Amino acid sequence: MDKILRVNMTNLTVKVEPVPADWAGLGGRALTSTIVAAEVPPTCHPLGPNNKLVFAPGLLSGTAASNANRFSCGSKSPLTGGIKECSAGGTSSRIIARLGYKAIVVEGKPAGDTWYTVVVDKDGATIKPETEVLRLGTFATVQHVNEHYGEDFGVITLGPAGENLMAIANISVKDPESKIRSFGRGGLGAVMGSKKIKMIVINPEGGVALPLADPAKFKAANQAFTKTLLDHPVSGQGLKKYGTAVLVNVLNEAGGLPTKNFTSGQCAHHDAISGETMYDNIVARGGEPSHNCSPSCQIQCSQIYNDKDGNYVTSGFEYETIWALGADGMVEDLDVIAEIDNVFDDIGVDSIETPVMFAVAMEAGLIPWGDGKRILELLRNDITNATPLGRMLGGGTGHVGRAFGMTRIPVVKNQAIPAYDPRPIKGIGVTYATTTMGADHTAGYAIATNILNVGGKVDPLSNDGQVELSRNLQIATAAIDSTGLCLFIAFPALDIPACLGGVIDMLNARYGINLTGDDVIGLGKQVLKIEHAFNLAAGLGPETDRLPEFFELESIAPHNVKWDMDQKELASFWNF
Amino acid sequence: MKITVKLFATFRQGRFKIAEQDVPEGTTIADVLDTLAIEVADVGMLFVNGRHAEPEQRLAGGVVLAIFPLVGGG
Repeated sequence: MDKILRVNMTNLTVKVEPVPADWAGLGGRALTSTIVAAEVPPTCHPLGPNNKLVFAPGLLSGTAASNANRFSCGSKSPLTGGIKECSAGGTSSRIIARLGYKAIVVEGKPAGDTWYTVVVDKDGATIKPETEVLRLGTFATVQHVNEHYGEDFGVITLGPAGENLMAIANISVKDPESKIRSFGRGGLGAVMGSKKIKMIVINPEGGVALPLADPAKFKAANQAFTKTLLDHPVSGQGLKKYGTAVLVNVLNEAGGLPTKNFTSGQCAHHDAISGETMYDNIVARGGEPSHNCSPSCQIQCSQIYNDKDGNYVTSGFEYETIWALGADGMVEDLDVIAEIDNVFDDIGVDSIETPVMFAVAMEAGLIPWGDGKRILELLRNDITNATPLGRMLGGGTGHVGRAFGMTRIPVVKNQAIPAYDPRPIKGIGVTYATTTMGADHTAGYAIATNILNVGGKVDPLSNDGQVELSRNLQIATAAIDSTGLCLFIAFPALDIPACLGGVIDMLNARYGINLTGDDVIGLGKQVLKIEHAFNLAAGLGPETDRLPEFFELESIAPHNVKWDMDQKELASFWNF
Repeated sequence: MKITVKLFATFRQGRFKIAEQDVPEGTTIADVLDTLAIEVADVGMLFVNGRHAEPEQRLAGGVVLAIFPLVGGG
């Protein structure tokens, strides 16, 4: 039976509650944002006792549905000051769903200096003092759980950055290879750290196959859905082979690859840091080009990247990370970028916020351009040990930019802008400006239609149609984020009608309901409106729905364009 | 006239990364694809000097033509 697990860190108690009727049809992002909006005062301090941290598997998580074992983490973000929802893979979502928990709500804050581990099982949870894994990196923490609890336990944990409440800290989730997937953005690691929780481990014992209202229909729908994932060239072939890093060369050709802290749209050494080069290195060194981040994934965009001697360096080696270090920060050696990616995972920092911050620090003169070795030192020494310099860097891109009196600070709502320049790709600029999350490409991935010719074509260099494009994508994304499905199902969903049809059929067969496509769109709209209302009440008004001024003042090569979207047109985003 | 052709991802296999080509005046992108034995249906993105293009577009001398299969990420 579905239930909500509440972990109160003020008085160290645990409660298992029935699911309120209003929440029964919700999962993933819809549920985390609904709970945060209902229970977290928008004006509270993100690291204070009134903030909560909510984990929720998606509506299809734990079933046999392909690509559905992601989950959401919601809270008030210490980076943006607004509502936050992150999505992550790993093994925990399926375990939590099969134990019958629709959500785990962590609330309150302990008074003393003691750190805790929360052990979740089918009957609830126990909160116990933790000393053994404190200050350990995430890889060692996962190993500790494998050895002392069991290899089949789920792990949700922090690195040193989260323990030190840094705004760049993420929350790490054990993946099928005992490596790390992340709730990356918005500093949620600091929220978990503020509650003095080093890790949440989840005992899978007693988990059950989830009930299906119509098993035959569910199976058929999953087969039809899965076929679309395999048939679409992007999800079926491209991502498997080259991973997301295939975008380095695409964005460079399109003139939208932000380079040297957003001063050019093309990068001279693009091929050295491209998905094609990554693939060649992986094959030559005995790595694996295709690899899943969570159970039941058919897309397999992850990979195992080895060094020249064939030793593991990193996995989940993403376009955004490679772009931020390689082009934005000018680190030309893909092997050094891979090593930095591994340290990001180990100390538990967002692999977008952190490298964009380093590029700003490079422009400030704190680090030479392209000096990956110096980045490694700063991560391993200053950020890991929380020296005053490490804390300054750990505050994120906006923090460092302000510390050095800079004007070219690529953030929206204080969150770092990712790997697509908004000046020559207007649609993604609308998403950065308007999403409730702070700058976040995944919130409404206009790159698909502006650049990749997926879901039609909208000219990236024109303002026409971009608000509508971003709005439709943001609504659809909020719905997908509520199912536990990987966002990459959007590639087939934008081109093959049977994809979304399969998703709706699975939802109906799982729960014995009669959702239509309009209902799913309605859910997406509802989620965005709940999040927007929270942000308005938190002080993130319409004046924060905009890009930094430098995009209006500085044109970018090769297209030599500025950001010139009318603010009123941008504000019309919320007319729905 | 001379143009520069850049290939990406799977299109590089058995072909090249970047090459300068001498083509007749009036050559279209489709003509170039034909000489490279790349099916139009397999093409995801075409860029001429960084701007999206369609197969029927005629090329001018000196342009850079970039040809991608259907790929994506995020």
